[in-house]
Amino acid sequence: MENPYYPYPVRIASTVIETEDRNLKTFKFEFLDPADEEKFSYMPGQFAELSVTGKGEIPIGIASSPTEKGFLMFTVNKVGVVSSALHNMVEGDIMGVRGPMGNWYPWEKLQGKNVVIIGGGFAFTTLRSSIVYMLHPDNRKKFGDIHVVYGARSPGMLLYRDELAEWERRDDINMHITVDRADDPDWKYNVGFVPSITEKNAPKADNDTYAIVCGPPIMIKFTQPVLEKLGYAHDHIIMSLENRMKCGIGMCGRCNIGMEFVCKDGPVFTLEELNRTPREY
Amino acid sequence: MRFLKITKNDWARGVEGLKDSFRVFGPVLERSHFNFRPLEKGQEPDFSFRNTRLSPKSTVYPQSEILFTYTLDKSRPDHHVHKEPPRDETPRAILGIRPCDAKAFGLVKLNFDTPEYKDPYWLSAYEATTLVGLACDEPCSACFCTSAGSGPFDEAGLDVLLKDEGDHYLVKVLTEKGGKLVSAAGWAGEASGAEKAFVDGAAVAAEKITSFVSADKLAGKVTNQLHNAKFWDDVAFSCINCGTCTFLCPTCWCFDIQDEVAGTDGVRMKNWDSCMFPLFTLHGTGHNPRGQKTDRVRQRFMHKLKYFVDRYDKGIMCVGCGRCVQHCPVNIDIRRVCEIMNEYEPEPETCPA
Amino acid sequence: MTEYTQKIREIAKKLLSEGKVDVVIGFREGTVPLMAEPCLVSDPAGVDQLVFNSFCGVNLANYLPRRKDRIAVVAKGCDSRNMAQHIAENQINRDQLVIIGAPCTRMMDRRKVAAAVDGKDITSVAEADGRLTVTGPGFEKVLDRESVLQDNCAICVHVNPVLSDEMLADPLPEQEKDRYTDIREVEAMTPGERYAHFEELLSGCIRCYACRNACPLCYCPTCFVDESKPQWVGKSIDPTDTLTFHFLRAFHCAGRCTDCGACERACPVGINVRQFTKKLEKDCKELFDWEAGMSPDVRPPLDTFRPDDPGKFIK
Repeated sequence: MENPYYPYPVRIASTVIETEDRNLKTFKFEFLDPADEEKFSYMPGQFAELSVTGKGEIPIGIASSPTEKGFLMFTVNKVGVVSSALHNMVEGDIMGVRGPMGNWYPWEKLQGKNVVIIGGGFAFTTLRSSIVYMLHPDNRKKFGDIHVVYGARSPGMLLYRDELAEWERRDDINMHITVDRADDPDWKYNVGFVPSITEKNAPKADNDTYAIVCGPPIMIKFTQPVLEKLGYAHDHIIMSLENRMKCGIGMCGRCNIGMEFVCKDGPVFTLEELNRTPREY
Repeated sequence: MRFLKITKNDWARGVEGLKDSFRVFGPVLERSHFNFRPLEKGQEPDFSFRNTRLSPKSTVYPQSEILFTYTLDKSRPDHHVHKEPPRDETPRAILGIRPCDAKAFGLVKLNFDTPEYKDPYWLSAYEATTLVGLACDEPCSACFCTSAGSGPFDEAGLDVLLKDEGDHYLVKVLTEKGGKLVSAAGWAGEASGAEKAFVDGAAVAAEKITSFVSADKLAGKVTNQLHNAKFWDDVAFSCINCGTCTFLCPTCWCFDIQDEVAGTDGVRMKNWDSCMFPLFTLHGTGHNPRGQKTDRVRQRFMHKLKYFVDRYDKGIMCVGCGRCVQHCPVNIDIRRVCEIMNEYEPEPETCPA
Repeated sequence: MTEYTQKIREIAKKLLSEGKVDVVIGFREGTVPLMAEPCLVSDPAGVDQLVFNSFCGVNLANYLPRRKDRIAVVAKGCDSRNMAQHIAENQINRDQLVIIGAPCTRMMDRRKVAAAVDGKDITSVAEADGRLTVTGPGFEKVLDRESVLQDNCAICVHVNPVLSDEMLADPLPEQEKDRYTDIREVEAMTPGERYAHFEELLSGCIRCYACRNACPLCYCPTCFVDESKPQWVGKSIDPTDTLTFHFLRAFHCAGRCTDCGACERACPVGINVRQFTKKLEKDCKELFDWEAGMSPDVRPPLDTFRPDDPGKFIK
């Protein structure tokens, strides 16, 4: 019997501080046993339990793409006991990763469709995974137009800034980067909140266009009406939820919204599905 | 189906014999109440109980259970790597489990044994366990098993069913596992015609049940309407958010995972948890999707009486044992709540005049 | 008791219809014998569900902290002391409350009643003239009320409310009682015996926190056992963690506990939780001549410093 509680042992291969407030750090992990990497087969949108031995586990969206081999990447916000301990760990340290868990963005359904990705703050992790995945030469032709609206409080709070700049230069993806405010006179992208930038730049809704929304509750709250105004049907708005989790496999009982477990039946739901569940997230 | 008749002397001898090959659990009087505990050599299960205070779930699913051990000592080659401790897979026998509690294992199994994932700790313990039921001849006034999908002679989930006949037991062997236990105990005397005693006993006992719930309309309710209904504040007012109901319940399975370290040796463990506790759903950011008492009380009842019903189509997540009814310190009664939920009709949308 | 019920309904109806209060907190008939459920009534039409009987042991002061509305609340002696305590600790304002005082005839212990009929199934009880008639399938037994009182009620020396705006009856005579015989027994033990005693006492604890949550004093937004940074106490049923929880909780209640018995009454596994709090109650009585909750205007002794406090640790 496979033990779904067993964390694959991994080594921290690198750490990068992402943001100016130093609260977000990106970790790359390598599996101690290469066979475990084979078992850890995932899709963009899934998450894993990062297991800091002696401290506990936290569910974190996978920021690397399955098209990137040899490592797993996660960007972790320093909030509680486990994430703080993780922030203090260094290259070479041993810990565990358990997963992959949950469902993923509906890549089958999105084939041949236009995709607009809307992200805010540090919830950009699985969206990065998705962008890297879609832009991979093997995959790009499977999708129509790709738009990305990504916002943060300030330029220094954006994640993956080198990659954002790189994507800005490409012509097969439309980037709409924005910040709430910029003190930097050289800031050459948008200033404004994600909902208003979405309203200005998102493609008009049609049956072949899907929005993937991931961000803090306040952003979601104000982006949803904008998408509705643009005509997006609720089954064309795809969202990823977070809830407190422990097991990650639908057993420990805490992350449910109605009869659905966010960890196992989600974290990805369409707005249409969410409308049918209690808003306990 | 085999039927046996064993004298109480044979019973006692058999129980003692079982202890050679089984870890034997049975009801034991502790201070004021009974609980299922491992029986020592020479200790008999005390069948003078009505039911145990705690459900027998802990025989398969201990309140605290070690999942992994590890060392943080970097001089050790396997430091920070989780290791599964050896599991005790000795066969277990629970003697005298009430039919409702046995039925509960079947409901809990739906959670721990899924197509996608299997909980090896729960499942291996469950599979190693033989359930020897004791039919309820005198159900209590707070028991509502017959309307909660079980009954005083319910065989679901049992391997053996005993019926107390004063100086002897009639034994109904229900499964192969049950057959093995009966042979290991050396119980043999076939009892032809005992089937009728069980059928009659079941009918007589069911007649004595005086408490019922109606759950027939729950599946037809719209989740969000029920969730948003106005009655929850009244249902939840008296609740103090303790874990009595969930910890005593045979079907409550929720748990927490915790790491504990002493020096450089650590364990990762599973502990019972409760949806009554605010910490259960508290986000790291401080946000709590079930931050109010009413949210938590509603979750408990919605889980048992609606979400579970919808998810598995196996009835309600309750076997009618009555423990929560009897021991809730503020008398919140699931029978009453079930009735309110079952009878609920959404308030009609009022048109502005 | 029916007079109390009648009067509670009248007062509640009057207060609600005159708009003097927003809600009334009292008890309604239990769904099982020997129990009553705390309930909240906000509509004058709903006052008929209110009752009062010998099983209204829950301390209603527990439902007051953090409420913002105007509340009428039924209060036994102990409840009223906890309300005074809440007022002193700024958990509720005196002018939010209309206290409906119930001179208490002492509450009965449902577990003692159950034990008195050998754990048989009780289907109904009736109380009259100091006796309780208990019936179930095939039996009827008459119990002397005094023999099945809650332990804390049997030794209660303040059955009359210390604060009230309405009274359900004239004050009852208070008894003189040595409250600490059991505590002296524990004090007389050697440290080893005492440790063993506590371990045995708590061996059945399932960490459900019913004792804490039933306690009106335990209103901390986050209890120390639920803190994660740092985590003071483990979450399993490890005996040391369990002892730590009960000891620290008791210390936290020192000089505040009114011995209302809510903790013990709530415990699903019958632990005499009051042993801990009562030891501290005794110490406070001996060291400070203090009884908790006798006045809303005086802060508890461990909350204040006076030059003539006993002991030298702070001087």
